Amino acid sequence: MSTVAGERTGPRTGTMAQALNLALRDAMRADKTVHVLGEDVGALGGVFRITDGLTAEFGPDRCLDTPLAEAGILGTAVGMAMYGLRPVVEMQFDAFAYPALEQLFSHVAKMRNRTAGKLPLPITVRIPYGGGIGGVEHHSDASEAYYAATPGLHVVAPATVGDAYGLLRAAIASDDPVVFLEPKRLYWGKDGWDPAAPVEPIGRAVLRRPGTSAVLVTYGPSLPVCLEAAEAAKAEGWDLAVLDLRSLVPFDEATACAVVRSLGRAVVVHESAGFGGAGAEIAARLTEKCFHHLAAPVLRVTGFDVPYPPPMLEHHHLPGVDRILDAVARLQWEE
Amino acid sequence: MPEMTVLDHRNDPAAAVPGWRPGATAPRTDPAPLLPDAEPLRVLGTPAADAADPALLRELYRRLVAGRRYNQQATTLTKQGRLAVYPASTGQEACQVAAALALRPDDWLFPSYRDTLAVVARGVDPLQALTLLRGDAHTGYDPRATRTAPLCTPLATQVPHAVGLAHAARLAGDDTVALALLGDGGTSEGDFHEGLNFAAVLHAPVVFLVQNNGYAISVPLTRQSAAPTLAHKAVGYGMPGRLVDGNDALAVHRVLTEAVERARTGGGPTLVEALTYRIEAHTNADDATRYRQAEEVEAWRAHDPVRLLEDALRGRGLLDEQLVADAAERAEQLAARMRAEFHTDPELDPMSLFAHVYAEPTQQLCEQAGQLAAELAAEAEVHGR
Ligand SMILES: Cc1ncc(C[n+]2csc(CCOP(=O)(O)OP(=O)(O)O)c2C)c(N)n1
Repeated sequence: MSTVAGERTGPRTGTMAQALNLALRDAMRADKTVHVLGEDVGALGGVFRITDGLTAEFGPDRCLDTPLAEAGILGTAVGMAMYGLRPVVEMQFDAFAYPALEQLFSHVAKMRNRTAGKLPLPITVRIPYGGGIGGVEHHSDASEAYYAATPGLHVVAPATVGDAYGLLRAAIASDDPVVFLEPKRLYWGKDGWDPAAPVEPIGRAVLRRPGTSAVLVTYGPSLPVCLEAAEAAKAEGWDLAVLDLRSLVPFDEATACAVVRSLGRAVVVHESAGFGGAGAEIAARLTEKCFHHLAAPVLRVTGFDVPYPPPMLEHHHLPGVDRILDAVARLQWEE
Repeated sequence: MPEMTVLDHRNDPAAAVPGWRPGATAPRTDPAPLLPDAEPLRVLGTPAADAADPALLRELYRRLVAGRRYNQQATTLTKQGRLAVYPASTGQEACQVAAALALRPDDWLFPSYRDTLAVVARGVDPLQALTLLRGDAHTGYDPRATRTAPLCTPLATQVPHAVGLAHAARLAGDDTVALALLGDGGTSEGDFHEGLNFAAVLHAPVVFLVQNNGYAISVPLTRQSAAPTLAHKAVGYGMPGRLVDGNDALAVHRVLTEAVERARTGGGPTLVEALTYRIEAHTNADDATRYRQAEEVEAWRAHDPVRLLEDALRGRGLLDEQLVADAAERAEQLAARMRAEFHTDPELDPMSLFAHVYAEPTQQLCEQAGQLAAELAAEAEVHGR
């Protein structure tokens, strides 16, 4: 269980956006080396208000409105981390992180290794992530596969309000760089949660729903879709388990394999493109490790291999309940 | 036609009236002019050189002579296959040495890949500075020990790092300054521009030194930039640009010392352009005759940084036999050490591949480490070891 607990205790009901905001606040209160920087994070509180009130409480140095330049933001964070700070960088929208990829891939991911452990970079890169909000081009990309394919980065994707709080605290406390993917269409969903409750640490998958027929393996914005699909599948006689990976790196192979071995059938679900996507890696791993326990191939339900579509078409692209149920039907494997 | 008032706040801080554009901050109170002088600063060969500290002149001389020898020996080692690659800084020794000497030990240097001499001038072991280029380790030194960032291979990405570190130091209340080195080609990269802009906006205590050696591999400066000088690029960001003769060690030392002091005392960032020349090819693997004329190289040889310094020392009666012999002896000892230690391949531990990827290795990494260990054990058995 994580040692990162909330400063203000007591269960509450709130949105993921509020939980993330509280996580930043509590992290900044607990550790004065935590600095937030990004575009519009100051007076505006970020375009999603995740940094709301931080400048008022901690001042414009601790919550810094930067020039509009993503490589500059992340590159500056590298130097700040070298001097002992814990920068939390906000990328405004996922596709606008691309100008900073060079800093992320060439330096953030590699500095610890390059310097034989002398310059670890405890940077958290928060990225509002994924589609389903009707955003125009560049506002809905899901690029976790790029990050997960880059050794040296942790890749974390919360799907619940409680995890949003706990995992962000853990990410900020991590001595390694973390790409923190915030499923933006879940920002406003309300849920009960307790900031003081212990949270499973980064790198542990959590079974959100037990089942006996097959397992849906997922993370981030696809979790609610999978839970809905599992509910709907009951009518067809399927009792589906739902496994929330919570982080792609580290990947909790032990938990995933245990569930898949016990059930023998699995579908990996995510909204980013399938080819070379994270699901390809997960399905390959599960097949390698669980082959003799499988009653059917590990299937994938993913977004199409297309650039993220315009808002009026995105519902065709995003995996929904029906597409998941179709895959579940195909788990009745016959040659 | 209505009369239009164009407010030019560039060189006249008083003209920068807050309120003439929304959100305008306070006017620059720093009186340093933004535009560089028309001519690069020269000190050697001018009366100003007579006032220079003899100890500094001698120190620069010893280091330049050793640096020249280091460049020669490293290039020879590439020919013998002992170094994978070496980007010689022959002709640029003055920039690198004088710039590093303008820093205090607690300042930080952010070098580019050609800056081994600056790294050595910070106190890094001369052979450890070469591990990247030999191929045994990405960084052979502890960056924190000498406050010298790893040699940076992607162009200009170290620029925002220097800005971030300087910014963090200022927030901590330290008077640490960061110096970023880069080449003329690097000034075209986005990270250079983003870094300069951040530095100016944050008023960070950082100095940028562009070693303009005329070429980015084969591409001449005229293809790199249409600006009158690279120092002019400072103006648009709101920081002073300075132009200096990069082969004049005293001039570089002076300009850098001023810029570092300015940064240290709250004056903000400075962009310095040092005009110099890369006498050798880009690296040992490059054929410079394909893109530049022998006459051009010869003309620059006549403006050699070591010779310029020698002449100045001689003019001041400081170039005694003792100093010449001492400098030559140190340079030879360095070269001999490079030859001796690079004579054999280093002993490397293959398992170090898995060290330092994460604070805690992932389960997958542990499995892969186990796989390699098994392969190595099997190999050792076959070879009877
Ligand atoms: C981002 C990036 N693009 C391309 C290269 C390949 N490259 C290495 S050195 C070089 C030329 C650099 O020229 P300049 O900045 O003038 O430095 P100099 O070699 O003259 O010291 C190029 C293109 C690189 N290292 N990084």
